[in-house]
Amino acid sequence: MEFKDYYEIMGVGRDASQDEIKRAYRKLARKYHPDVSKEPEAETRFKEMGEAYEVLKDPEKRAAYDQLGANWKAGQDFRPPPDWDQGFEFHGGGFTGGDASRFSDFFESLFGQGFTQTAHGHPGMHARGEDTFARVLIDLEDAYQGATRNLTLRHTELGADGRPQTRERTLTVRIPQGVRQGQHIRLVGQGSPGIGKGKAGDLYLEVEFNPHAIYHVEGRDVFLELPVAPWEAALGATIQSPTPRGKVELKVPPGTTAGRKLRLKGRGIPGQPPGDLYIVIQVALPRADSEAGKAAYRQFAEQMPFNPREHLGVRDA
Amino acid sequence: MSREEPPLLTGEVLEEEVELTLAELCSCCQITAEWVFELVDEGILEPHGRTSSSWRFSGISVHRVRCVQRLESDLGVNVAGAALALELIEQLEELRTRLQRFGK
Repeated sequence: MEFKDYYEIMGVGRDASQDEIKRAYRKLARKYHPDVSKEPEAETRFKEMGEAYEVLKDPEKRAAYDQLGANWKAGQDFRPPPDWDQGFEFHGGGFTGGDASRFSDFFESLFGQGFTQTAHGHPGMHARGEDTFARVLIDLEDAYQGATRNLTLRHTELGADGRPQTRERTLTVRIPQGVRQGQHIRLVGQGSPGIGKGKAGDLYLEVEFNPHAIYHVEGRDVFLELPVAPWEAALGATIQSPTPRGKVELKVPPGTTAGRKLRLKGRGIPGQPPGDLYIVIQVALPRADSEAGKAAYRQFAEQMPFNPREHLGVRDA
Repeated sequence: MSREEPPLLTGEVLEEEVELTLAELCSCCQITAEWVFELVDEGILEPHGRTSSSWRFSGISVHRVRCVQRLESDLGVNVAGAALALELIEQLEELRTRLQRFGK
Protein backbone atom coordinates (compact mmCIF):
# COMPACT_ATOMS: atom_id res chain seq x y z
CA MET A 1 0.00 0.00 0.00
CA GLU A 2 1.10 3.56 -0.60
CA PHE A 3 2.45 5.78 2.11
CA LYS A 4 0.40 8.94 2.56
CA ASP A 5 2.08 12.15 3.57
CA TYR A 6 -0.63 13.79 5.64
CA TYR A 7 1.43 16.95 6.10
CA GLU A 8 1.83 17.36 2.36
CA ILE A 9 -1.89 16.78 1.79
CA MET A 10 -2.68 19.52 4.31
CA GLY A 11 0.06 21.78 2.95
CA VAL A 12 1.66 22.32 6.36
CA GLY A 13 5.13 21.60 7.76
CA ARG A 14 5.76 18.73 10.13
CA ASP A 15 6.28 21.27 12.90
CA ALA A 16 2.90 22.97 12.35
CA SER A 17 0.98 23.78 15.52
CA GLN A 18 -2.48 22.29 16.11
CA ASP A 19 -3.94 25.72 15.36
CA GLU A 20 -2.12 25.93 12.06
CA ILE A 21 -3.37 22.50 11.11
CA LYS A 22 -6.91 23.51 11.93
CA ARG A 23 -6.62 26.68 9.86
CA ALA A 24 -5.14 24.77 6.92
CA TYR A 25 -7.96 22.24 7.12
CA ARG A 26 -10.71 24.86 7.22
CA LYS A 27 -9.22 26.67 4.25
CA LEU A 28 -8.93 23.51 2.17
CA ALA A 29 -12.33 22.29 3.32
CA ARG A 30 -14.02 25.45 2.07
CA LYS A 31 -12.28 25.00 -1.26
CA TYR A 32 -12.98 21.31 -1.77
CA HIS A 33 -16.19 20.68 0.17
CA PRO A 34 -18.30 18.62 -2.24
CA ASP A 35 -21.40 20.68 -1.44
CA VAL A 36 -19.61 23.86 -2.40
CA SER A 37 -16.95 22.95 -4.91
CA LYS A 38 -17.36 21.81 -8.48
CA GLU A 39 -13.65 21.15 -8.95
CA PRO A 40 -13.42 17.80 -10.75
CA GLU A 41 -11.37 16.13 -8.03
CA ALA A 42 -13.19 17.84 -5.16
CA GLU A 43 -14.64 14.72 -3.63
CA THR A 44 -11.39 12.76 -3.73
CA ARG A 45 -9.41 15.70 -2.38
CA PHE A 46 -11.95 16.29 0.37
CA LYS A 47 -11.82 12.67 1.47
CA GLU A 48 -8.06 12.71 1.42
CA MET A 49 -7.79 15.81 3.55
CA GLY A 50 -10.53 14.58 5.88
CA GLU A 51 -8.35 11.56 6.50
CA ALA A 52 -5.21 13.67 6.96
CA TYR A 53 -7.04 15.93 9.40
CA GLU A 54 -8.46 13.00 11.29
CA VAL A 55 -4.87 12.00 12.10
CA LEU A 56 -3.16 15.37 12.51
CA LYS A 57 -5.80 17.08 14.64
CA ASP A 58 -5.63 14.36 17.22
CA PRO A 59 -2.40 14.66 19.23
CA GLU A 60 -2.35 10.94 19.99
CA LYS A 61 -2.68 9.85 16.39
CA ARG A 62 -0.36 12.58 15.18
CA ALA A 63 2.37 11.48 17.59
CA ALA A 64 1.98 7.89 16.46
CA TYR A 65 2.09 8.94 12.81
CA ASP A 66 5.16 11.15 13.40
CA GLN A 67 6.88 8.20 14.92
CA LEU A 68 6.90 6.50 11.50
CA GLY A 69 9.59 9.02 10.66
CA ALA A 70 9.98 11.85 8.22
CA ASN A 71 11.77 9.80 5.58
CA TRP A 72 8.68 8.37 3.98
CA LYS A 73 7.59 9.91 0.69
CA ALA A 74 4.03 10.07 -0.57
CA GLY A 75 3.25 7.14 -2.86
CA GLN A 76 6.12 5.01 -1.55
CA ASP A 77 5.26 1.37 -0.88
CA PHE A 78 4.47 1.11 2.79
CA ARG A 79 4.11 -1.66 5.37
CA PRO A 80 3.58 -0.61 8.94
CA PRO A 81 6.51 -1.73 11.10
CA PRO A 82 5.51 -4.53 13.47
CA ASP A 83 4.09 -3.23 16.73
CA TRP A 84 4.58 0.28 15.45
CA ASP A 85 1.79 1.58 17.64
CA GLN A 86 2.97 -0.02 20.82
CA GLY A 87 2.85 2.35 23.68
CA PHE A 88 0.14 4.44 22.08
CA GLU A 89 -3.33 4.31 23.37
CA PHE A 90 -6.07 5.66 21.16
CA HIS A 91 -9.11 6.96 22.95
CA GLY A 92 -12.39 6.66 21.15
CA GLY A 93 -13.88 9.75 22.74
CA GLY A 94 -11.39 12.24 21.36
CA PHE A 95 -11.95 11.31 17.74
CA THR A 96 -14.72 12.55 15.53
CA GLY A 97 -16.12 9.08 15.38
CA GLY A 98 -14.99 8.96 11.78
CA ASP A 99 -15.85 5.86 9.85
CA ALA A 100 -12.74 3.92 8.87
CA SER A 101 -14.43 2.49 5.80
CA ARG A 102 -14.31 5.95 4.20
CA PHE A 103 -10.56 6.19 4.64
CA SER A 104 -7.66 4.65 2.74
CA ASP A 105 -6.01 1.27 3.29
CA PHE A 106 -3.06 3.20 4.64
CA PHE A 107 -5.17 4.79 7.36
CA GLU A 108 -6.89 1.51 8.04
CA SER A 109 -3.57 -0.29 8.52
CA LEU A 110 -2.48 2.30 11.07
CA PHE A 111 -5.61 3.17 12.96
CA GLY A 112 -8.23 0.76 11.67
CA GLN A 113 -8.75 -1.51 14.62
CA GLY A 114 -10.02 1.03 17.09
CA PHE A 115 -12.45 2.27 14.51
CA THR A 116 -13.97 -0.94 13.34
CA GLN A 117 -15.02 -1.65 16.90
CA THR A 118 -17.06 1.52 17.06
CA ALA A 119 -18.47 0.91 13.60
CA HIS A 120 -19.77 -2.47 14.70
CA GLY A 121 -21.79 -0.98 17.50
CA HIS A 122 -22.77 -2.83 20.61
CA PRO A 123 -24.25 -6.27 20.28
CA GLY A 124 -28.00 -6.01 20.30
CA MET A 125 -27.92 -2.42 19.07
CA HIS A 126 -30.30 -1.41 16.30
CA ALA A 127 -29.87 1.57 14.05
CA ARG A 128 -31.20 2.70 10.72
CA GLY A 129 -28.73 2.32 7.89
CA GLU A 130 -27.13 5.41 6.42
CA ASP A 131 -28.61 7.14 3.42
CA THR A 132 -26.40 6.98 0.38
CA PHE A 133 -26.00 9.31 -2.58
CA ALA A 134 -25.13 8.83 -6.20
CA ARG A 135 -25.44 10.77 -9.40
CA VAL A 136 -27.35 9.64 -12.45
CA LEU A 137 -26.66 11.09 -15.88
CA ILE A 138 -29.59 11.24 -18.25
CA ASP A 139 -30.34 12.80 -21.61
CA LEU A 140 -32.82 15.60 -22.06
CA GLU A 141 -34.97 13.21 -24.11
CA ASP A 142 -35.21 10.92 -21.05
CA ALA A 143 -36.79 13.76 -19.09
CA TYR A 144 -39.39 14.18 -21.84
CA GLN A 145 -40.25 10.52 -22.24
CA GLY A 146 -39.11 8.82 -19.06
CA ALA A 147 -36.51 6.05 -19.25
CA THR A 148 -34.78 3.29 -17.35
CA ARG A 149 -31.12 3.43 -16.45
CA ASN A 150 -28.68 0.80 -15.25
CA LEU A 151 -26.41 2.03 -12.52
CA THR A 152 -23.40 0.33 -11.07
CA LEU A 153 -22.75 1.53 -7.57
CA ARG A 154 -19.75 0.79 -5.47
CA HIS A 155 -20.03 0.91 -1.73
CA THR A 156 -18.02 -0.12 1.27
CA GLU A 157 -19.41 -2.39 3.89
CA LEU A 158 -17.95 -4.25 6.83
CA GLY A 159 -17.28 -7.89 6.04
CA ALA A 160 -17.65 -10.80 8.44
CA ASP A 161 -14.11 -10.19 9.69
CA GLY A 162 -14.94 -6.59 10.54
CA ARG A 163 -12.80 -5.13 7.75
CA PRO A 164 -14.28 -2.81 5.16
CA GLN A 165 -14.79 -4.35 1.73
CA THR A 166 -15.81 -2.80 -1.54
CA ARG A 167 -18.91 -4.27 -3.12
CA GLU A 168 -20.49 -3.53 -6.45
CA ARG A 169 -24.12 -3.78 -7.31
CA THR A 170 -26.18 -2.98 -10.34
CA LEU A 171 -29.56 -1.34 -10.13
CA THR A 172 -32.11 -0.68 -12.81
CA VAL A 173 -33.89 2.54 -12.04
CA ARG A 174 -36.90 4.14 -13.63
CA ILE A 175 -36.25 7.75 -14.59
CA PRO A 176 -39.62 9.47 -14.21
CA GLN A 177 -40.88 11.72 -16.98
CA GLY A 178 -40.51 15.40 -16.15
CA VAL A 179 -37.50 15.05 -13.88
CA ARG A 180 -35.19 18.05 -13.93
CA GLN A 181 -31.53 18.82 -13.50
CA GLY A 182 -30.49 18.79 -9.85
CA GLN A 183 -33.57 16.96 -8.60
CA HIS A 184 -33.27 13.86 -6.48
CA ILE A 185 -34.88 10.48 -6.94
CA ARG A 186 -35.37 8.73 -3.61
CA LEU A 187 -35.23 4.94 -3.57
CA VAL A 188 -36.51 3.84 -0.21
CA GLY A 189 -34.51 1.07 1.46
CA GLN A 190 -31.72 1.04 -1.15
CA GLY A 191 -29.15 2.78 1.06
CA SER A 192 -26.79 1.16 3.54
CA PRO A 193 -28.17 -1.82 5.45
CA GLY A 194 -29.32 -1.14 9.00
CA ILE A 195 -27.54 -2.43 12.09
CA GLY A 196 -29.37 -5.19 13.95
CA LYS A 197 -33.07 -4.87 13.25
CA GLY A 198 -32.72 -1.31 11.98
CA LYS A 199 -34.17 -0.50 8.57
CA ALA A 200 -31.92 0.11 5.60
CA GLY A 201 -31.26 3.72 4.64
CA ASP A 202 -32.45 5.32 1.40
CA LEU A 203 -30.56 5.89 -1.81
CA TYR A 204 -30.74 9.38 -3.29
CA LEU A 205 -29.93 9.82 -6.96
CA GLU A 206 -29.10 13.32 -8.06
CA VAL A 207 -30.20 13.86 -11.63
CA GLU A 208 -27.78 15.47 -14.01
CA PHE A 209 -28.33 16.05 -17.73
CA ASN A 210 -25.70 15.15 -20.28
CA PRO A 211 -24.82 18.25 -22.26
CA HIS A 212 -27.01 18.30 -25.36
CA ALA A 213 -25.74 19.08 -28.85
CA ILE A 214 -28.49 21.58 -29.65
CA TYR A 215 -30.64 22.27 -26.56
CA HIS A 216 -29.82 23.69 -23.20
CA VAL A 217 -31.96 23.61 -20.14
CA GLU A 218 -32.76 26.11 -17.40
CA GLY A 219 -35.07 24.62 -14.80
CA ARG A 220 -38.17 23.47 -16.69
CA ASP A 221 -37.45 25.59 -19.75
CA VAL A 222 -35.54 24.41 -22.77
CA PHE A 223 -33.68 26.70 -25.18
CA LEU A 224 -32.75 26.18 -28.81
CA GLU A 225 -30.73 28.54 -30.97
CA LEU A 226 -32.29 28.48 -34.41
CA PRO A 227 -30.47 30.05 -37.38
CA VAL A 228 -32.60 31.83 -39.99
CA ALA A 229 -31.64 33.50 -43.26
CA PRO A 230 -31.62 37.34 -43.28
CA TRP A 231 -34.63 37.44 -45.63
CA GLU A 232 -36.56 35.03 -43.37
CA ALA A 233 -35.90 37.32 -40.42
CA ALA A 234 -36.71 40.50 -42.32
CA LEU A 235 -39.74 39.37 -44.30
CA GLY A 236 -41.11 36.71 -41.99
CA ALA A 237 -41.38 33.05 -42.88
CA THR A 238 -42.79 29.73 -41.83
CA ILE A 239 -39.87 27.41 -41.16
CA GLN A 240 -39.28 24.02 -39.60
CA SER A 241 -37.71 23.75 -36.18
CA PRO A 242 -36.63 20.69 -34.26
CA THR A 243 -38.04 20.27 -30.74
CA PRO A 244 -37.29 17.48 -28.27
CA ARG A 245 -40.70 16.02 -29.22
CA GLY A 246 -40.13 16.21 -32.99
CA LYS A 247 -40.30 18.80 -35.75
CA VAL A 248 -42.75 21.70 -35.67
CA GLU A 249 -43.68 24.44 -38.12
CA LEU A 250 -42.68 27.79 -36.74
CA LYS A 251 -43.84 31.24 -37.82
CA VAL A 252 -41.06 33.81 -37.79
CA PRO A 253 -42.70 37.25 -37.70
CA PRO A 254 -41.50 39.91 -40.17
CA GLY A 255 -38.82 42.21 -38.75
CA THR A 256 -37.41 39.58 -36.39
CA THR A 257 -33.99 40.54 -35.04
CA ALA A 258 -31.19 38.27 -33.85
CA GLY A 259 -31.59 37.20 -30.23
CA ARG A 260 -35.39 37.42 -30.30
CA LYS A 261 -37.00 34.60 -28.34
CA LEU A 262 -40.06 32.81 -29.64
CA ARG A 263 -41.84 30.91 -26.89
CA LEU A 264 -43.53 27.58 -27.52
CA LYS A 265 -45.69 27.29 -24.45
CA GLY A 266 -45.73 23.96 -22.66
CA ARG A 267 -43.10 22.37 -24.90
CA GLY A 268 -40.37 22.45 -22.27
CA ILE A 269 -39.88 19.66 -19.76
CA PRO A 270 -43.25 18.03 -19.00
CA GLY A 271 -44.78 18.49 -15.57
CA GLN A 272 -47.38 20.42 -13.60
CA PRO A 273 -46.94 23.02 -14.99
CA PRO A 274 -44.78 22.02 -17.95
CA GLY A 275 -41.87 24.23 -18.97
CA ASP A 276 -41.66 26.23 -22.18
CA LEU A 277 -39.45 25.84 -25.21
CA TYR A 278 -37.68 29.03 -26.23
CA ILE A 279 -36.43 29.35 -29.78
CA VAL A 280 -33.69 31.95 -29.84
CA ILE A 281 -33.36 33.37 -33.33
CA GLN A 282 -29.92 33.70 -34.84
CA VAL A 283 -29.44 35.37 -38.18
CA ALA A 284 -27.02 33.43 -40.38
CA LEU A 285 -25.37 35.14 -43.32
CA PRO A 286 -24.92 33.33 -46.62
CA ARG A 287 -21.32 33.34 -47.84
CA ALA A 288 -20.45 35.51 -50.81
CA ASP A 289 -18.37 32.85 -52.49
CA SER A 290 -19.71 33.17 -56.03
CA GLU A 291 -19.85 36.10 -58.45
CA ALA A 292 -23.65 36.09 -58.27
CA GLY A 293 -23.47 36.09 -54.47
CA LYS A 294 -21.08 39.04 -54.39
CA ALA A 295 -23.28 40.92 -56.82
CA ALA A 296 -26.29 40.29 -54.62
CA TYR A 297 -24.46 41.68 -51.56
CA ARG A 298 -23.33 44.77 -53.54
CA GLN A 299 -26.86 45.40 -54.65
CA PHE A 300 -28.03 44.90 -51.08
CA ALA A 301 -25.55 47.52 -49.86
CA GLU A 302 -26.59 50.03 -52.50
CA GLN A 303 -30.28 49.66 -51.90
CA MET A 304 -30.22 49.54 -48.11
CA PRO A 305 -28.15 52.24 -46.47
CA PHE A 306 -27.36 50.77 -43.07
CA ASN A 307 -24.85 51.65 -40.38
CA PRO A 308 -24.77 48.81 -37.83
CA ARG A 309 -22.33 50.85 -35.70
CA GLU A 310 -24.51 53.91 -35.36
CA HIS A 311 -25.01 53.43 -31.64
CA LEU A 312 -21.23 53.34 -31.18
CA GLY A 313 -20.96 56.83 -32.56
CA VAL A 314 -18.91 55.88 -35.64
CA ARG A 315 -19.77 56.26 -39.27
CA ASP A 316 -19.21 53.82 -42.05
CA ALA A 317 -16.11 54.43 -44.11
CA MET B 1 -32.56 -14.68 -21.62
CA SER B 2 -29.93 -16.34 -19.52
CA ARG B 3 -28.68 -13.18 -17.84
CA GLU B 4 -30.49 -12.23 -14.71
CA GLU B 5 -32.00 -8.76 -14.95
CA PRO B 6 -31.98 -6.72 -11.76
CA PRO B 7 -35.46 -5.67 -10.64
CA LEU B 8 -36.70 -2.32 -11.91
CA LEU B 9 -36.74 0.22 -9.09
CA THR B 10 -39.17 3.10 -9.10
CA GLY B 11 -38.40 6.02 -6.83
CA GLU B 12 -40.05 9.31 -6.04
CA VAL B 13 -38.75 12.69 -7.10
CA LEU B 14 -37.88 14.29 -3.80
CA GLU B 15 -38.62 17.83 -4.93
CA GLU B 16 -42.04 17.04 -6.40
CA GLU B 17 -43.67 14.00 -4.95
CA VAL B 18 -42.52 13.91 -1.36
CA GLU B 19 -44.02 15.94 1.50
CA LEU B 20 -43.11 15.44 5.12
CA THR B 21 -44.60 16.42 8.45
CA LEU B 22 -42.36 17.82 11.18
CA ALA B 23 -42.20 14.39 12.84
CA GLU B 24 -41.35 12.67 9.56
CA LEU B 25 -38.59 15.15 8.77
CA CYS B 26 -37.12 14.71 12.27
CA SER B 27 -37.08 10.94 12.06
CA CYS B 28 -35.85 10.92 8.48
CA CYS B 29 -32.85 13.14 9.22
CA GLN B 30 -32.46 12.08 12.86
CA ILE B 31 -32.72 15.62 14.15
CA THR B 32 -34.68 17.34 16.91
CA ALA B 33 -37.76 19.51 16.37
CA GLU B 34 -35.91 22.39 18.08
CA TRP B 35 -33.25 22.27 15.42
CA VAL B 36 -35.90 22.28 12.69
CA PHE B 37 -37.42 25.42 14.30
CA GLU B 38 -34.00 27.00 14.08
CA LEU B 39 -33.69 26.14 10.38
CA VAL B 40 -37.19 27.50 9.73
CA ASP B 41 -36.36 30.74 11.62
CA GLU B 42 -33.28 31.12 9.48
CA GLY B 43 -35.31 30.59 6.30
CA ILE B 44 -33.42 27.44 5.34
CA LEU B 45 -36.63 25.44 5.45
CA GLU B 46 -39.93 26.89 4.31
CA PRO B 47 -42.80 24.64 5.30
CA HIS B 48 -46.37 25.18 4.16
CA GLY B 49 -48.95 25.57 6.93
CA ARG B 50 -49.38 28.05 9.76
CA THR B 51 -48.65 26.06 12.89
CA SER B 52 -45.88 23.58 13.41
CA SER B 53 -48.44 20.78 13.77
CA SER B 54 -49.78 21.45 10.29
CA TRP B 55 -46.38 22.08 8.70
CA ARG B 56 -45.61 20.25 5.48
CA PHE B 57 -42.03 20.21 4.26
CA SER B 58 -41.11 19.68 0.64
CA GLY B 59 -38.92 16.65 0.04
CA ILE B 60 -35.99 18.86 -0.86
CA SER B 61 -35.86 19.85 2.83
CA VAL B 62 -34.19 16.50 3.51
CA HIS B 63 -31.42 17.44 1.14
CA ARG B 64 -31.04 20.90 2.64
CA VAL B 65 -30.94 19.57 6.21
CA ARG B 66 -28.19 17.12 5.23
CA CYS B 67 -26.26 19.85 3.50
CA VAL B 68 -26.45 22.07 6.61
CA GLN B 69 -25.35 19.13 8.76
CA ARG B 70 -22.33 18.54 6.53
CA LEU B 71 -21.41 22.23 6.41
CA GLU B 72 -21.67 22.45 10.20
CA SER B 73 -19.56 19.40 10.89
CA ASP B 74 -16.97 19.85 8.13
CA LEU B 75 -16.56 23.61 8.07
CA GLY B 76 -17.70 24.58 11.56
CA VAL B 77 -20.25 27.14 10.33
CA ASN B 78 -23.34 27.95 12.38
CA VAL B 79 -26.91 27.85 11.09
CA ALA B 80 -26.82 31.45 9.85
CA GLY B 81 -23.57 30.76 8.02
CA ALA B 82 -25.00 27.62 6.50
CA ALA B 83 -28.06 29.57 5.33
CA LEU B 84 -25.78 32.05 3.58
CA ALA B 85 -23.69 29.23 2.08
CA LEU B 86 -26.81 27.45 0.77
CA GLU B 87 -28.05 30.61 -0.85
CA LEU B 88 -24.71 31.27 -2.50
CA ILE B 89 -24.42 27.66 -3.63
CA GLU B 90 -27.82 27.91 -5.29
CA GLN B 91 -26.89 31.17 -7.02
CA LEU B 92 -23.66 29.59 -8.17
CA GLU B 93 -25.55 26.62 -9.60
CA GLU B 94 -27.81 28.94 -11.53
CA LEU B 95 -24.87 30.87 -12.93
CA ARG B 96 -23.06 27.67 -13.87
CA THR B 97 -26.12 26.51 -15.77
CA ARG B 98 -26.22 29.80 -17.68
CA LEU B 99 -22.51 29.68 -18.27
CA GLN B 100 -22.89 26.29 -19.94
CA ARG B 101 -24.75 28.05 -22.72
CA PHE B 102 -21.73 30.12 -23.59
CA GLY B 103 -18.99 27.69 -22.73
CA LYS B 104 -19.47 25.50 -25.77
